[in-house]
Amino acid sequence: MTTAETQTGAYIGTSVPRKEDRALLTGRGRYVDNLSVPGMLWLAVVRSPHAHARIKKVDLKAARAAEGVVAAYSGDDLAGDFAGPLPCAWLVTEDIKAPAHWPLARDKARYAGDGVAVVVAESRAAAKDAAELVAVDYEPLPAVTEVEAAAADGAPVLHDDFGTNVSYVWKLDAGEVERCFADAAVTVKERYFQTRLIPNAIEPRGVLVQPNPATGELALFTSTQVPHILRTLSAMVMGVPESKIRVVAPDVGGGFGSKLNFYAEEALAMAIARKLGRPVKWIEERSEAYVATIHGRDVVQEIELAATAEGKVTAVRTRLTAAMGAYLQLVTPGVPLLGAWLYAGCYDVAAYSFQCTGVFTNTTPTDAYRGAGRPEATYAIERAMDALARKLGKDPVEVRRLNFIKEFPATIASGLTIDSGDYHASLDKALALSGYEALRAEQKARKERGDVKQLGIGLSTYNEMCGLAPSRILGAIRFGSGGWDAATVRFLPTGTVQVITGTSPHGQGHETSWSQIVADRFGISPDEVEVLHGDTAISPMGMDTYGSRSLAVGGVALWHAAEKVIVKARTIVAHQLEAAEDDLEYANGRFTVKGTDKGMHVKEAALAAWLAHNLPDGLEPGLEETAVYDPPNFSWPGGAHVSVVEVDTETGDTRLVRYVAVDDVGKVINPSIVDGQIHGGVAQGIAAALYEEAAYDEDGNLTTPNMTGYLVPSAADLISFETARTESPSPTNPMGVKGVGETGTIAATVCVMNAVVDCLAQFGVDDLQLPATPERVWRALEEARR
Amino acid sequence: MRRVAITVNGARHELELEPRELLVYVLRERLGLTGTNVGCDTSSCGACTVLLNGESVKSCTVLGVQADGTDITTIEGLVTNGELHPVQQAFHESHALQCGYCTPGMVLATVSLLAESPHPSEEEIRSALDGNLCRCTGYHNIVKAVQAAAGA
Repeated sequence: MTTAETQTGAYIGTSVPRKEDRALLTGRGRYVDNLSVPGMLWLAVVRSPHAHARIKKVDLKAARAAEGVVAAYSGDDLAGDFAGPLPCAWLVTEDIKAPAHWPLARDKARYAGDGVAVVVAESRAAAKDAAELVAVDYEPLPAVTEVEAAAADGAPVLHDDFGTNVSYVWKLDAGEVERCFADAAVTVKERYFQTRLIPNAIEPRGVLVQPNPATGELALFTSTQVPHILRTLSAMVMGVPESKIRVVAPDVGGGFGSKLNFYAEEALAMAIARKLGRPVKWIEERSEAYVATIHGRDVVQEIELAATAEGKVTAVRTRLTAAMGAYLQLVTPGVPLLGAWLYAGCYDVAAYSFQCTGVFTNTTPTDAYRGAGRPEATYAIERAMDALARKLGKDPVEVRRLNFIKEFPATIASGLTIDSGDYHASLDKALALSGYEALRAEQKARKERGDVKQLGIGLSTYNEMCGLAPSRILGAIRFGSGGWDAATVRFLPTGTVQVITGTSPHGQGHETSWSQIVADRFGISPDEVEVLHGDTAISPMGMDTYGSRSLAVGGVALWHAAEKVIVKARTIVAHQLEAAEDDLEYANGRFTVKGTDKGMHVKEAALAAWLAHNLPDGLEPGLEETAVYDPPNFSWPGGAHVSVVEVDTETGDTRLVRYVAVDDVGKVINPSIVDGQIHGGVAQGIAAALYEEAAYDEDGNLTTPNMTGYLVPSAADLISFETARTESPSPTNPMGVKGVGETGTIAATVCVMNAVVDCLAQFGVDDLQLPATPERVWRALEEARR
Repeated sequence: MRRVAITVNGARHELELEPRELLVYVLRERLGLTGTNVGCDTSSCGACTVLLNGESVKSCTVLGVQADGTDITTIEGLVTNGELHPVQQAFHESHALQCGYCTPGMVLATVSLLAESPHPSEEEIRSALDGNLCRCTGYHNIVKAVQAAAGA
């Protein structure tokens, strides 16, 4: 097999400027709300103001009579319009309690924001106005929004049939955990709260459905990361043949996991468009998004380490209580389990125990948010390692180095195999770049001087599993789909190339990176490559974009498709040149007969394949190949981040002053795009450490209901980052690539939190929960001063 | 309904508007200029930023009738003779956009900043863009793009 080293093309590894930019920079983006079709109606959803209430009556009379209104429906009215409820595709245990989740609630509303009725009107304003006229008679019920309270006996039960809010208990045990703890010279036991986070893609969701009553076809234009998955699920929910459903993800304004779902509004718009025989559009407002689009995290963690007197960790035991929210969305139950294998981080431990209890709460459902399960795991183990270092009176660097996994591939206690890495190398580089020793000296000097502003230095040495994923492993953990992806490479007769990818970018720049891969394989310019994506009518096979999978799975599929094209082209060229195939050498798009200057470019082979005047007997005309790639392993990025915070010990004001990220994401296709992924991921991780927190009051109202109450950081809240890379190519794919989309978020939250705790620990405080707001930090310091 | 005259990207439009119509929807739905995006309903995100008489405003916070008699520039109006505006070019070269949804607002806020302060410090840039949220880039490359545009 060709290895990464043989790729000598001009584009892989180069910061080719993005092909996507011109349209987006000039206002020519095609986001869903920019699409309009004749006869289009507007949909508005009436949502429950109560977190938990019996729906006694839905009165639609006034709404139906309002000007411009075409129809209004309750959940009961639409009961016959769906062949099945909204799907959960990851039922993590055999005995999981999974409620039927209908697009509109019928018996009870189970969170503030649960849809109870819809209005369809001739304009956006008419639909909104009429939605206000829907009168719903609710009988409010006691609500529970806090996950441990919801799991306790006597809590209000969301789904009456279950008699409990516990959806599932999932366990993973390996090695002699009890014995390690019994023998441990030192143990650490910590408890952390993973804040509920709101993803906040800057484009809210939107849906436009165009029905064709004559053929029964439904075209769904939606702001989604997963058009292919949606097509399959839409067939099931709408009860129509899958061939009648076309899903298009046009330009999508960010996702971060929040658009990796099948949402009620997508099903409602399809049902109503079909019912009325007219196009239907729904555009989410931001305040609506805060309740109607999934949230992330909301997990209580208990982590224990067993260690020797030197600080060598022997066992990790983790217990999670994870909020599902009111229903199970597409992969809700599985999200905490994406971290299940990672609670020992990049450390070599002998024994491992993990348990997660999934619990229903009267809140917006949780689901995948950038990192999904892995930021939580990294947070817990990295904070616990710092706690261990403090207990031993050692520098956190020393404790990490003592425990790093050193040889790869490495089968870890939780059972998976890490493909490659070099954790010492990343840490060395991060320490050098940050000037770690000097920082420690500065910290000490400030402490001795008793400065008002004290320093904290945080480390995060992380690894993660991404590039979802080997289909066999997904099957073993009850994930409801495969983890492969597909790509087609099609030479057009005049020598330009169409790439059809199963990935569905929403900011990641696949058009550019995929063009680079193909350009290098064929010795052409990226401008000669057109990348088509996000439309099931164009790319029938795909598994879409989430879990940092696009390059590590879809990009590798593309590499293989290009290889297949080269194989066929070789046959054609050999025939045309009357040479033996084995006598042809291939480099940068050109076949040459060994030892001669006779040759032919793959573009010429493409024309010959199209003309078909002179092809070998039995060879099909055309030069087009498809490859479907199922990865043999996850990809395992890793790295070391260092952050520095300055804490005002009088006010609690906590400022990030340095952020150094050294990441190892294997071979890099486009360094600029990879850096961009790191920057954005780190920013979201920092946001969770310092600013963002979704909160509910005791009645179940979201008290951070929009962007004024929930602090998405601006440029003024963040700093410029210092980034560098180490490179451990993945041995599991021919390009040596790994995923990169989530690494920054996975590493950054705990990196910053460790810095804050590192500062406070000088004053005897090390118990601090997310996010480190000035108030929390001030209270912690006050506690210490008492 | 009220009659207004608004000049957008150099073209004068006479429109009958409902008093409650927001400028952003006048631009998007009456004039078909969909480059101006809507990202929130609380004037927080800045995706809808346009230039009104040369100054950046959030067009979700201006009523269409308030824009009577004004001169507005949207993202579509920045390109001249097929050439990107220097700020657009700098965003492209610095990889200062990913999903692109905040980009029109971010670019126009930058144009406004550089008109007032041609050579801003990093701190000034960050402070000036405080009203424009981006979820993809972490602002790192946006700041670089503004610096590049200022140097150009």
